[in-house]
Amino acid sequence: MQDAVTTIGVTGAAARSQTSERLRLVARNIFPFVVVGTIWEIVAWAGVFPRRLFPTLEEVAASFVHLTVTGILPHHAIETVIRLLSGFALAALFGVTIGVLMGRSRRAEDIFLPLVSICAPIPGLAYAPLFLLWFGLGNISAVLLVGFVSAFPIIFNSWTGVKAVKEIWVRSAQSMGADDRRLFSHVILPGALPYILTGLRLGLAQAWRILVAVEMLAAVPWGLGWLIFGAREFLNTDAMLAGIAVIALIGLGLEKFVFQKIEDYTVVRWGMVTA
Amino acid sequence: MTEQGQRNRSFIRAAITLAIAAAIYEALARSGYFAPALLPTIPAVAKTLFAMLADGSIIEHAAFTMYRVMFGFGLAVVVGIPLGILMARFSAIEGFCLPLVSALMPIPSFALVPLFMLWFGIGNLTTILIVFYAATFPMVFNTWSGVRSVNPLWLRAAGAMGADENSLFWKVIIPGASPFIITGMRQAFLRAWIAVVGAEMIAASDWGLGWVIFDAKEFLNADIMLASLAVIGAIGYAFERLVFGSIERATVQRWGMVRLAKG
Repeated sequence: MQDAVTTIGVTGAAARSQTSERLRLVARNIFPFVVVGTIWEIVAWAGVFPRRLFPTLEEVAASFVHLTVTGILPHHAIETVIRLLSGFALAALFGVTIGVLMGRSRRAEDIFLPLVSICAPIPGLAYAPLFLLWFGLGNISAVLLVGFVSAFPIIFNSWTGVKAVKEIWVRSAQSMGADDRRLFSHVILPGALPYILTGLRLGLAQAWRILVAVEMLAAVPWGLGWLIFGAREFLNTDAMLAGIAVIALIGLGLEKFVFQKIEDYTVVRWGMVTA
Repeated sequence: MTEQGQRNRSFIRAAITLAIAAAIYEALARSGYFAPALLPTIPAVAKTLFAMLADGSIIEHAAFTMYRVMFGFGLAVVVGIPLGILMARFSAIEGFCLPLVSALMPIPSFALVPLFMLWFGIGNLTTILIVFYAATFPMVFNTWSGVRSVNPLWLRAAGAMGADENSLFWKVIIPGASPFIITGMRQAFLRAWIAVVGAEMIAASDWGLGWVIFDAKEFLNADIMLASLAVIGAIGYAFERLVFGSIERATVQRWGMVRLAKG
C-alpha cells in the first residue's frame, strides 16, 4: 500500500516536472520574440518612422485577419504553393533522373556534366528575364524557371550520392546474384537516398526563394510574391508584413512537416543516418 | 584503360557535348523559327559581349555589382562569425538568438525587397541590406555548428597541457571550426550573389549586372541578356574556384583539417 502511494506520488511529480519543463522550453523560445515585438511596438508608437511605413503589430495582425477572412491571403498562398509544387515536381523528376544516370554511367556523366556545370553557377534569377522573353509573362515561365533552377542541387546531390555508394556493397550484392534491377532498387537507391534527400531539400529551399522573386517579376495574377510587391504600390506596409509572415510560416512548415518526416520514414528507419 | 586515357576521353566527350549543344542552338537560332531578337546567334552574342567589354560599360556594371556584393557579404562575415561563436560559447545568447534566427531564416531575401524599398528607397542601401540579409544566416549557422562540433577531446587535451582561454580560443576552437566557417562563407557568397542579381532587378537603380539583364528585356535585347549572363556566370565561377579554393588551401588544408580530394 505504502509502495503504491509513493509510486503514484513519484510518477505524478515526474509528470508535473515534465510539463513544467516543456512550459519552460516554450517560454524560453517565445521570450526573444516578445523582446523584439516590444521593441517594434515602441518604435512604431514613438513615431520615429511614418506610421504608414512602420505599422504597429496590431495593425499587421488586423490586416492579417482581415485578408484571411476575406479569403484573399489563402488564395494567394494556395496559388503560390501550387506553383512551387509543380515547379519542384519537374525539378525532382528530371534532377533525380539525370543525377542517377550521371552517377551510373560514365557516358552520361561526360555528356551532362559540362552542361550542368556551365548553367549551375549563374544565379537562378538572372535567367528570369530570358524565360519571360521566351515563354511570356505568367505561370509557364514561373513554373519552368523554378523547376530549372531547383534542378541543379538535386542533380549534383543525386550524382554524388550514387557515386558514394560503397563499391563493396555493390560487389557483394552482385556476387549474391542480384540482377541490375534489384541492384538498383535494393542497393544503389537506398545507399544514395540520404544524398538525394539532401538534394531535394536544397532544391525545395532554392525553389521557394526563387519563386517569391519570380512572382514579383512575372506579373502573375495571384501569389504571395505578387501580393507583397503589389502592396508596395499602395504603401500597404501592413499587408506586406502579413504576406511576409505567411511566407515565413510556409517555409518553416515545409522544413518541419515535409522533410523531417520524409527523413524519419526513410533514411533514419533504414539506419543510414542517426536521428 | 589507364587513368590518363580515361580522363582524356572524358575531356573529349565533354568538348563534343558542348560543341553539339552549341551547334543545336546555332541551328535553332538560324532556322528563323524563332524571332532573332529572342534567340540571337552565338556570333551575335559574342559580338555584343566584346562591344560591351570594349566600351567598358559591362565592366562598370560589374564593378557596381561587385561593390554591393562585397559590402553586404563583408558585413555578413563581420556580424555572422562573432554571433555564431558567441551563440556556440554562451547558452544564454544561444537561447535568445536561435529562435529568432530559425524564424527569420525561411523568409526568402527577395520577399523583403519591396519592404526595404519602402523603408530605404531605391539604390545601393536597399541592395546591400538585402545581400547582407541573405548572406548572414548561412554564416551564423555554419559558424555556430562549427564551434559546437569542435572535438571536446582536443579542448580537454589543450586544457590539460595548460592552455589558457585565449590560446584555447585561437589555437584550438578557431582552427577546429574553420572548415565549417569556410563552408559558411562559400554558401554565404553564393546566396549573396543570387540576392544581388534579384535585388538589382526589382529595386532597380541604374547600374549593376542584374539591372542590365532586366533592362535589356524591355528592349528585347536578348543578345545583351545572354552576354551579361555569361559575365555573371564567369564572375561567380571565378570566385567559387579561385578565391574560396585558395582560402581553403591556405587554411584548412594546410592545417590538415580536411583531406585533399583524391585524384
